[in-house]
Amino acid sequence: MNVPVTRRNAVLGITVAATSLIAPSILRAQSAGRIVVVGGGFGGAACARALKRADPRLQVTLIEPNKTFVSCPLSNAVIAGLRKMEAQQFGYDMLAAEGIAVVAQAATAIDTQKRSVTAADGTAFGYDRLVLSPGIDFHLEALPGYDAAASEKMPHAWKAGAQTLLLRKQLEAMADGGTVAIAIPANPSRCPPAPYERASLIAHYLKTHKPRSKVLILDAKDNFSQQRLFETAWKELYGDMIERVALSQGGRVTSVDPATMTIVTEFGNYTPDVANVIPPQRAGRIAEIAGAMDATGWCPIDPVSFESKLAPNIHVIGDACLGGGIPKSASAASSQGKACASAIVDLLAARAPEAPRLAGVCYNTVAPGYGFSLAGNYQPKGDIFAEVEGGTTSPVDAPRDLRAREAAETERWFETITADTFG
Amino acid sequence: MPALINVPAKAKRGGVIEIRTLTSHIMETGFRHTVDGKLVPRDIITSFTCRYNGDEIFRADLFPAIAANPYLSFFTVAKESGKFEFEWIGDNGYSSTASASIIVE
Repeated sequence: MNVPVTRRNAVLGITVAATSLIAPSILRAQSAGRIVVVGGGFGGAACARALKRADPRLQVTLIEPNKTFVSCPLSNAVIAGLRKMEAQQFGYDMLAAEGIAVVAQAATAIDTQKRSVTAADGTAFGYDRLVLSPGIDFHLEALPGYDAAASEKMPHAWKAGAQTLLLRKQLEAMADGGTVAIAIPANPSRCPPAPYERASLIAHYLKTHKPRSKVLILDAKDNFSQQRLFETAWKELYGDMIERVALSQGGRVTSVDPATMTIVTEFGNYTPDVANVIPPQRAGRIAEIAGAMDATGWCPIDPVSFESKLAPNIHVIGDACLGGGIPKSASAASSQGKACASAIVDLLAARAPEAPRLAGVCYNTVAPGYGFSLAGNYQPKGDIFAEVEGGTTSPVDAPRDLRAREAAETERWFETITADTFG
Repeated sequence: MPALINVPAKAKRGGVIEIRTLTSHIMETGFRHTVDGKLVPRDIITSFTCRYNGDEIFRADLFPAIAANPYLSFFTVAKESGKFEFEWIGDNGYSSTASASIIVE
């Protein structure tokens, strides 16, 4: 057959092979490919955008129930009263303007045989490739007593939005001299250093408004990311306002009782005035519905292509995937979204995707004008991502002007990633 | 830090209860070397015992592979009110004890 090898023919070839020459598959091949992305956070939105930019002929559909996205990064500053909620909110208009079909619905079902996603209103969206970027859900079986009703009394504030404002309101209502407890789960969890940033910024609010109050960290971990930087800053800025009970001191929370505001650990009970309970986590529910989640609660993938190891034609990116060394952060999700888009373009063209080199950066602000950071590079190694050379962490002994510069850099990073994703 | 103990304050006669203990200890394996090549001597807890009103109900031997700050959780049947006594023994004459009371109804 003397036909020039174009991308369209290559796609046709794959489709024909996969469906044994059923006629409708030829119709399907008339577009360059149909990609559905479920979840419009930093991972999913970056992926949808990168796909459309890489090949404008791709039909890209983004299914995301929220019309307004609320960013988790920098939301700890909202909790501390240092930032307006509006500064955390972004829309999908620019994505729609670029030709991405934005569907404001929750994805409720996935048929991997028919390659179709069903939205809450019953509409079905067929796909050649499906990208799941559902973020996290809470693993409520792992924390008896905690559920949606409990989160109204003991907010997690681990998905930004109403929960962020509820925790803010509780802090404002608390009397001076009160105790704010933060229950922190074991890893893997979304943004591992963020609970400690939150403790820092809550301490800042208390120090400036309710100086007799305390922050009590109940931690299921002994060690945490950038620990020396945090602990040095706490001592310097907040003295003994922040008390931390680590795992080996009995800090792991085993259950809660919202009726009595009690947090139960392996070795004792606490009744704080404000209880910020961050439950253990797992991949967003739709990943389980798709059959892409394993017993760990996360989604095993091929780290080169982000293809699910469990469900065909499905890619999983962001917090939901079993990433190994790469943290579950906005910047890592964005990096994965772009690499996944590139892999999908390659796969549709019957090319082997190249192994991506991903970057993840994490800024922590412990007080206004006092920040530090960790940047890492990650590459596929076996079934996961492993950190490779080139990573940096802020020095523990650094002058305050470096901390001030890093705090300013945090703002710039946020402006850059949100403009890149939604702007 | 003293050892942490969690024994239910009250239990029903014949009920199964969980007991948790956690003690702070370095659990130095004896296999590591300092930067100048000297062996770091072994320093571990070697045994843990729990007695319920004087009777031994649980014992564990600990070895170098066990991580720092050993956490042990086990179950027993609440037979009568009284006292649980816990004892950790280790290298270099290490010894630590703790106790907790229970009311069985």
